[in-house]
Amino acid sequence: MRRVIKIAAATAATAALAFTATACGESSTESAGKGNKGIGLAFDVGGRDDHSFNESAARGVDKAKEELGIDAKMLTAKNNETEADREQRLTSLAEAGYNPVIGVGFNYGKSIGKVAKDFPKTTFAVVDSVSEGKNIDSIVFSEHEGSYLAGVAAAKKSKTGKVGFIGGVNNALIQKFQAGFEQGVRDTDKKVEVKSEYLYANNDKGFNDPAAAKQKAKGMLDRGFDVIYSAAGQSGAGAIEAISAKKGTWAIGVDSDQYQQPGLAKYKDSILTSVVKNVDVAVFDVIKSVKDGKPLTGVNAYTLKKDGVSLATSGGFIDDIKADIEAAKKKIADGEIKVSQTP
Amino acid sequence: MKRFDKDRLVLGIAAPLLAIVAALIVTSLVILSAGDDPMRAFAVMADYGSKSDSQVWIINKAVPYYLSAIAVAIGFRMNLFNIGVDGQYRIAAFFAAVVGGSLALPGIIQIPLIIVVAMFVGAVWAGIAGLLKTTRGVSEVISTIMLNAIAASVIGYFLQPSRLAVKEENLIHTPYLPDTSHFFEIPTTPKPVEGFIVVAVIVGVLYWFLLGRTRFGFDLRAVGQSESAALASGVSVKRMVVTSMVLSGTAAGLVGMPTLLGSSYNYGTDFPAGIGFTGIAIALLGRNHPVGMALGALLWGFLERTGGQLEFEGYAQEVVGVMQGVIVLCVVIAYEIVRRYGLKSQQRKVGAQLAAQARKTEKAEVSA
Repeated sequence: MRRVIKIAAATAATAALAFTATACGESSTESAGKGNKGIGLAFDVGGRDDHSFNESAARGVDKAKEELGIDAKMLTAKNNETEADREQRLTSLAEAGYNPVIGVGFNYGKSIGKVAKDFPKTTFAVVDSVSEGKNIDSIVFSEHEGSYLAGVAAAKKSKTGKVGFIGGVNNALIQKFQAGFEQGVRDTDKKVEVKSEYLYANNDKGFNDPAAAKQKAKGMLDRGFDVIYSAAGQSGAGAIEAISAKKGTWAIGVDSDQYQQPGLAKYKDSILTSVVKNVDVAVFDVIKSVKDGKPLTGVNAYTLKKDGVSLATSGGFIDDIKADIEAAKKKIADGEIKVSQTP
Repeated sequence: MKRFDKDRLVLGIAAPLLAIVAALIVTSLVILSAGDDPMRAFAVMADYGSKSDSQVWIINKAVPYYLSAIAVAIGFRMNLFNIGVDGQYRIAAFFAAVVGGSLALPGIIQIPLIIVVAMFVGAVWAGIAGLLKTTRGVSEVISTIMLNAIAASVIGYFLQPSRLAVKEENLIHTPYLPDTSHFFEIPTTPKPVEGFIVVAVIVGVLYWFLLGRTRFGFDLRAVGQSESAALASGVSVKRMVVTSMVLSGTAAGLVGMPTLLGSSYNYGTDFPAGIGFTGIAIALLGRNHPVGMALGALLWGFLERTGGQLEFEGYAQEVVGVMQGVIVLCVVIAYEIVRRYGLKSQQRKVGAQLAAQARKTEKAEVSA
C-alpha cells in the first residue's frame, strides 16, 4: 500500500514538472510573418455559403477585394466550438498580420475582447455583439425594425390569417427579430394570428440545422400558417424548401436577399421577400476605415434609417403593398413607431 | 507486480501504431483526392502543433477529454456502455455553476464544494441509468442516451433569465462564480496551463489503483469478462452495475470543471457540449488504460489545434474530422487484428510446448 502511494506521488510530481517545462521553444506568435496581409474574417457556424448571414459578410469582403484591392483570408467555425477554438482562430489571423480581423456573429463577442488586447495595433470588428476595447468596432443592426416591415408584408399577404415565425435559437438576438415581426403583424391587422416557435432553446446548432427547420415549417404549414418568416441562419433554407412544396404559401428570408441566391434558386418563387441585414455594408465600412488609416471603433449601429436593414423587393411579390411598407418605414425612421426589441 | 511481459508490450503498442499509420494513409488519400499535397499538410501540423502556445492549448484541451475518457472507461471495463457522459457532465456542471454562483465562501471551501456538487449530480444522473438497468432491465445504452436529451431539456428549462440564469447580451448564463472560486493556474509562457491538470492526474492514478489494485476493481473486471462466472464466485452483479454507473457519473461530473473553474466561470449557452462523445473515442483509442487514454486525449487536442491551422493554410478543415474518425475506426480494427494474431501465436506456442512434452514422454516410454 505504501509503495503504491509513493508511485502515485512520484507520477503526479513528474507530471507536474513535465508540464511546467512543457512550454519551451518558440511560440507561434514569434515565428509569424509580419506586415499587413489584408482582411482576416472568421465566420460563424454554417460557413461562407449559408445563403444568409455569413454570405452577406463575405459579400462585403468581396467588394473590398475588388474596389480596394485588398487580400482576404476567411475561416469557418464548427458546431460545438469552445472559447478556446474561437480565440485560436482570431489569434491566428491577427498574428499572421491580417488587419482588420472581423468576427462574424455574437459568438465572437467575448473572444474578440480577449484577443484584441493581445494585438493593440490591429483593428477588430465583431458583428451582432458589443465588445469593450479601444481597437474594436462593434457592429449592431436594428433587426427588429427590418422584421417589423416583414410583419407588415406578412399580415397583408396572408390569406389564412395565420403567420408564423421560426427562430434558430431562442436568444436575445433572435428575439429581436421575433419582437419586430410580431409587432409589425399586430399593428397592420389585429385579426391576423401570429405564432413564434424556436428550433432550439439554447444550442447554436439551431443556425446550422436545415432538417429541423424543415420539420418545424412543415408543422406550421399543416396547421394552416401560410406566411412563415425564419431567422435561423443556414437552417432557414430548410424552412424555405418545405414552404416551396406547398402552393400558395410564402417564405420570408433573412439576412441576405434570399431570392437572389443561386443555392436557393429552385425555391425562389416562394420567397416573398427577405429582411436584409446589410452586414456587407458594415464589413466594407470597417475594412475601408482601416485602409484609410482612420479605423472605426466603438459601437456602430446600423438602423433602418441608415439603411442598415431593409426589405428586399426582388421577385416583385410585394410590389402591390409597397405603399404600406414605405409608410411603415417612414414612421419608424421618424420615430413615430417605436419597435420593441423584446417580445 | 506482474512479471514484465515483452510480447504483451509489443502487441500493446503495435495496435495503436498500426491504427495511426493506417489513418495517415487514408487521410493522405483524402487530401490527395482533393488535389492538395498531404506531406505539406502533415508538416504544417507537426510544425504548428509543436509551438509553445500550441502545447499549452493542447494540454488545456486534453484535460476534460481525459476525464471524460476515464468516465467512459469505468463503464467499459465492466461491459457497460455509458453514452450518457455528455448529459452527465453538462447537468453536473450546470448545477455546480448554479451553486457556485449563488455562494460567496472562501475559495478553499467553495471550490471543493463546487466540485463535490458536480460529482454528486453526475453520480445521481448516471445512477438513474444503473437503477433502471438492475430493477427494470433497461439497457444502459438506451437509458443514458435518453437521459442526455432529458439533461439538455432540464438545463434548457432552468437556463432562462426568469429562473436560474442571467442575461448578458446574446448569451444566457448562470451568475458568475466569485473571484475566489477560480482554480489556480500553472504559470507558463505565453499562456498558463490550467491547474485542473493536477486533478486529472490524480483521477488517472485513482482509476488505475481502484481498478487494478483493489478487490472492487477485480470484481468489476470479473463482471465485465463473464457475468455468470462473477456471479458464481459470489459477486453481486446488480450492485456492481449500480456502483460502476455511479462511479462513472462521478468522474463525468468532473469533465466540465476545468472549463467552469478555469475559464468560463459560469454555465451558459456557450458552454462546450459533446465532450462526452469525444471521451468514448478516446477511451477506445487508449484501450481504457490510464496512460493510453492520456496519450489519446493529447492526440485529440493536437488534431483539433492543428485542424484550425490547416484551414488557415488553405486545406479543408474537415480533414481533421476525417482523420479523427479514421483513427478510431482503425484502432478498433487494429486491436481486433492484433488480438487475433496474439491469440494465434499463443495457441501455436502452447501447441509447440504440448508437442515437445508429448515427444519427451514418448521418448521416456521408448527408453523404458
